[in-house]
Amino acid sequence: MDALQLKRQLITFTELLFREGFLDEQFHQLQQLQDEKNPNFVVEVVSLFFEDSERLLNELAKALDQQNVDYKKVDAHVHQLKGSSSSIGAQRVQRVCIVFRNYCNEKNVEGCLKCLQQLKHEYAIVKTKLEALFSLEQQILAAGG
Amino acid sequence: MNLGGSFDGSSSSSCSSRLNSKSEHGGDSRPHILAVDDNLLDRKLIEKLLLNSSCKVTTAENGLRALELLGLRDDQPNCSATGSKVNMIITDYCMPGMTGYELLKKIKGSSILKEVPVVIMSSENVPTRINKCLEEGAQMFILKPLKQSDVKKLRCLIY
Repeated sequence: MDALQLKRQLITFTELLFREGFLDEQFHQLQQLQDEKNPNFVVEVVSLFFEDSERLLNELAKALDQQNVDYKKVDAHVHQLKGSSSSIGAQRVQRVCIVFRNYCNEKNVEGCLKCLQQLKHEYAIVKTKLEALFSLEQQILAAGG
Repeated sequence: MNLGGSFDGSSSSSCSSRLNSKSEHGGDSRPHILAVDDNLLDRKLIEKLLLNSSCKVTTAENGLRALELLGLRDDQPNCSATGSKVNMIITDYCMPGMTGYELLKKIKGSSILKEVPVVIMSSENVPTRINKCLEEGAQMFILKPLKQSDVKKLRCLIY
């Protein structure tokens, strides 16, 4: 595929991600911040999001696995994940975090566990989508675009 | 009510490594902003937003580190006679240890730094929180996530 076709593919794919709510306006903000001085800004920030998320999802699984769940701790982790996802525009992940915090307030372990599953699911999807997006961008560069 | 080139301070405790050093950035007229946030991703984001708005940025990961950089730590020798070269402090509200609100109080309680505009950021829109910060002297309260338009508003506070 040539650069032009790849570019069209990238546009279509990106529009789909926004339309389906995987990404929101904040992701556009990140893209606009990228420039010649920081040509990898978006990838760097998103990588931080991946690292943060994986760490926090592990912490959440551990915290919810306790006999006496420390809901303050769980809430603190979800708050952090909500912050990171919101900062990069990972809208679906952020929305699950909001529901998750409500269950923490209610000390509802079933609700929390359900949210954790949803979070893992949404995170895995958005990670795949973002990696596909970056891969397309790399292909365009390689094709001389 | 209002809503809405860099390095991470080293841990050296000598006066010259702090923000009030006169030896660095001679003649650089860009405003110098101290950004405080415990989240690395958010620090990176705000740093880029500020750099793109022609500001010098120093980031700190917590209130204690911020106070250290500002020369306000209780156990520091008083090197603040040279005055601080920070034009604004922007801090997250929710931080472990010292909150942004507590940091705000320390800054406003300092004779040298109380005139420096302080902006509070938070991911949560809590009116009592906002009012509390504004009453304590915060210039502005901004909802996260931060955008270019927010930083434009911030710049207006400096001049």
